[in-house]
Amino acid sequence: MNEITITIDGRAIKTQEGEYILNAARANGIFIPAICYLTRCSPTLACRICLVEADGKQVYACNAKAKEGMDITTTTPNILAERRAIMEVYDVNHPLECGVCDQSGECELQNYTLEVGVDSQTYSIKDTHKPAQDWGLIHYDPALCIMCERCITVCKDMIGDAALSTVARGSDAIEATFKETMPKDAYAMWNKLNKSLIAPNAGDKLDCTNCGECSAVCPVGALVSSDYQYTSNAWEHKQIPATCAHCSAGCQISYDIKHTSIVDTEPKIYRVKNEWNYVSLCGAGRYGYDFENRNVSKDAAAFIKALDAFKKADTIKFTSTITNEEALILQRLKDKFGYRLVNNEALAFKTFLSDYSAISGKSLYSGDLKAVHAADFVVSIGSALKTDNPNARFAMNNALSMNKGAGLYFHPINDPVVEGMSKNITQFNHAPMMEEAALYLLLDLFGDKDHMPASVVEYLATFHSSKTVTVEESVDEKVTETVVKKVLNEETGVEEEVSEEVTKTIKKKISKEVEVDDNALFALLNAPAGFADTLTKYLAKKESFALMVGPDLYTHPNSANCARLVALIEKYTSFNVTMIPNLSNTLGVAMICDLDAECGNYTIGYNTVGNFTLSALGEGDLDMPSLNQQEGTFTGIDKQVNPTNAALPYGGYVLNDIANALGMNAKYTVEYTAQLPRSAGFKALDFDALPNHYTNAGEEVRGYMLDIQDVATSGDESVKTFDAAKAMNEKVVYLANPVLQFSPFTARAHQLQSKGGLYVSASAMEASGWSEGDRVNVKTSRGEMNVAVIKDGKIEGDIAYLPTFDTEINSEALFDGYRFASVSIQKV
Amino acid sequence: MHHEEVFTDRNVNESSAYYYVDIENYPTTGWDKFKQVVKRTFSGELFVGLWVVMREMIKFDIHTVQYPMEKLPIGPRYRAVHKLLRLWESGYERCIGCGLCEKICISDCIRMDTRIDENSRKEVTEYSINLGRCIFCGYCAEVCPELAIVHGQRYENASEQRAHFVIKDDMLTPLDMLKAGQQAEYPGFGAIIPGSDESVKKTPLAY
Repeated sequence: MNEITITIDGRAIKTQEGEYILNAARANGIFIPAICYLTRCSPTLACRICLVEADGKQVYACNAKAKEGMDITTTTPNILAERRAIMEVYDVNHPLECGVCDQSGECELQNYTLEVGVDSQTYSIKDTHKPAQDWGLIHYDPALCIMCERCITVCKDMIGDAALSTVARGSDAIEATFKETMPKDAYAMWNKLNKSLIAPNAGDKLDCTNCGECSAVCPVGALVSSDYQYTSNAWEHKQIPATCAHCSAGCQISYDIKHTSIVDTEPKIYRVKNEWNYVSLCGAGRYGYDFENRNVSKDAAAFIKALDAFKKADTIKFTSTITNEEALILQRLKDKFGYRLVNNEALAFKTFLSDYSAISGKSLYSGDLKAVHAADFVVSIGSALKTDNPNARFAMNNALSMNKGAGLYFHPINDPVVEGMSKNITQFNHAPMMEEAALYLLLDLFGDKDHMPASVVEYLATFHSSKTVTVEESVDEKVTETVVKKVLNEETGVEEEVSEEVTKTIKKKISKEVEVDDNALFALLNAPAGFADTLTKYLAKKESFALMVGPDLYTHPNSANCARLVALIEKYTSFNVTMIPNLSNTLGVAMICDLDAECGNYTIGYNTVGNFTLSALGEGDLDMPSLNQQEGTFTGIDKQVNPTNAALPYGGYVLNDIANALGMNAKYTVEYTAQLPRSAGFKALDFDALPNHYTNAGEEVRGYMLDIQDVATSGDESVKTFDAAKAMNEKVVYLANPVLQFSPFTARAHQLQSKGGLYVSASAMEASGWSEGDRVNVKTSRGEMNVAVIKDGKIEGDIAYLPTFDTEINSEALFDGYRFASVSIQKV
Repeated sequence: MHHEEVFTDRNVNESSAYYYVDIENYPTTGWDKFKQVVKRTFSGELFVGLWVVMREMIKFDIHTVQYPMEKLPIGPRYRAVHKLLRLWESGYERCIGCGLCEKICISDCIRMDTRIDENSRKEVTEYSINLGRCIFCGYCAEVCPELAIVHGQRYENASEQRAHFVIKDDMLTPLDMLKAGQQAEYPGFGAIIPGSDESVKKTPLAY
């Protein structure tokens, strides 16, 4: 990418070659109206209002790329006439119900109508009857829809569900006289608008992963959250900038709060908003906002009991749904009183990171989701991507659809959502325990074998053999035939037979024996037939490679070896590696706390059950604030320390109160922000100094990036071989959460409340003869439990999974660390 | 019994009801001031006034308004305690819950609760005005797109507390009063300006 200079309205600005004019203008604070364009997605060209004149030619700013020296004018008399006509057309038959519309003034139609100055209407057409539709979490009012198709665009290019498309509107044709009299682009835009409406592909309801991004991007009030409908006006909300607390993506959000009602003046979160041009939310982030610990007051008796418990305890067990500051308080308590800090999933991640560092020499992985967005070849190993970290899935989908990318997805569970991302993605539904084979395959396919450790190269060579295969080829063959033709003799008038020689080229199929390289790793990973050819096709013109590895590897029995292989991939291939931390702040906890593996005799549980339980879920011995009632920071997947603010008040005791009572001294928890360990890459910055916003150019100005530290390495780059016999080909069960759930906190939100069970694909359900709601006994080597069967339409294949979000189902007890376990399931 | 003078011509001249009051020059010297005091003290003007009161008392010709038995009529533009009106024909509440009154209120004393009702319409479930904070500026009535909130004529809003709320039930025209035709339209704040029709640009219709 070269930096170039272009001129917009006489102002010289610098931008990248190939950047869209619209983005270049926005980054430099120059206003060009645009409705249908979404940053990071492909231009739709539905609204045509972004017309500009570039070097004397009218172009659409959203899809015309900037070239060196380009001279752009954003307004000419003709462009102004077009824009005025476009906005008039948008206003034709638009219901005048702005007073009750949920967009309540945050309306791009209203804004542009006023900006362009529409004060009279020239156009008209007979209206059609378009009743409002309830799509589940989303409500669609087609009468308000202006057919910018942003919902369709974001669903396809960013989210990857492609759950929406256009259907016929059933409208009259536009009066012929308008065609001659009205501006050209306005007519074309009207013509398109007049033909279609939005509808879910699945029929009446949406069949998707319910991210709700379609309603976020809607410029008008056509797509709104069903729950939010008519409860409030946008301007009444106070917006609290925050970081989503549910997964490691650490998306920037704003909690929109307002008093609960006239009678109850306590603040309440009404909705979550996001900067949809730069960050996309999943459904848990968007709908799982009211997980606060309600109606808590200072219970002095419980507090004294808590202090006693802390004096008695030798272990603090906790989950990673805490802030960095709380993690630091726990670590300080450990330093002072020698508690054991137990958090198994963070410990697994920490161990994985240190094993990785032993080869890579870096404390942290090199990649982040921004790099995945920009990549054109994306590989995911060891993660149920769409539920482990939806943003990682969006990044992969975005890379595949916007960068003409290709991808590989290695996971035992077949995921139709991943399948639907692109034609150019291949799923490897390998057996559990074969993750190492996947990592070896990457080394084999992409590794720089001249520099890789010789032992690895030798080991990889053992998987290759040449075999002779018979291939059918079509060959052009010239055939000369003698054809007898009847020709009319013009002199005699009689038909005569003449033989003539004709040469034809015909395609002929021949079988040929060829020697080909046979890669045994393909078969070990259950690669689809003909994958070698597919891969060659995928790799054409690919420049930037991204690998995401997930929690399956951290808990893998051979996780150390997996970590070393990941480090080798980073070192000897051009892959940029990103690791997906399990929970919201697993990375932060791993960086801040010295963790222990085993609990002692008396355990204090924080958001998990202990002998004395501190809980933000409202069911412990002492209440704690939940993450939307706290200020502090999270460390997300992008190795970024993101600040979050308290959206709701909290009246009880916090961890800092306990720490103070135990002899530490900080007035507020956020005093610890500046004390986060610099040895782990944190910076000595005060909480109040941390920004949390995006700029017009899309630059993320949030918190700060962790410094990656150099780690001494021994130079030993040996890795262990893997044992293909360990592959778990028997019936297994997986530990994962369904779409929209991450933890008990998401399940507390009123829109996402649900009960867990054994999640089974539709086909497996049919095969086993179960129906939804049946009780089954799930038995592994560690124990058994009785749960209900739930159908999950977003997985395929035979592997069922158990969730962790439902506190009534202690799924972890059935697993031996690794996310897969051999299982027998009996209907009761 | 109510006395009204015609003050239509506000120019001061002989034909209008306005006139300049004849005021003597103020005394400047000490001696003149002393003379004025003596003159005013012993002129007996005091008894003129006392006599007028005495005479009228005996005649029983009372000029004061007998509040609270009797109230002065109030000009239509007076801004007293709010009313919420209903549609004449259907009896539905005029308020659509747009929240503009809440937004424009400069003393932030209006609140409303809304929800989606069974007919998928926006329903205002509760509406309150804190009259203790209300400065009766009339912006709410002026901004209301539905002529739903208006200023009525009830100006008695004394309260034992500073915070003094009226809620929807207090302000909304009861249905029986509406049926009896007792809902009043107020030509005051927020009412349609006479001749508005002429200033509206018509939107073409394809029917």
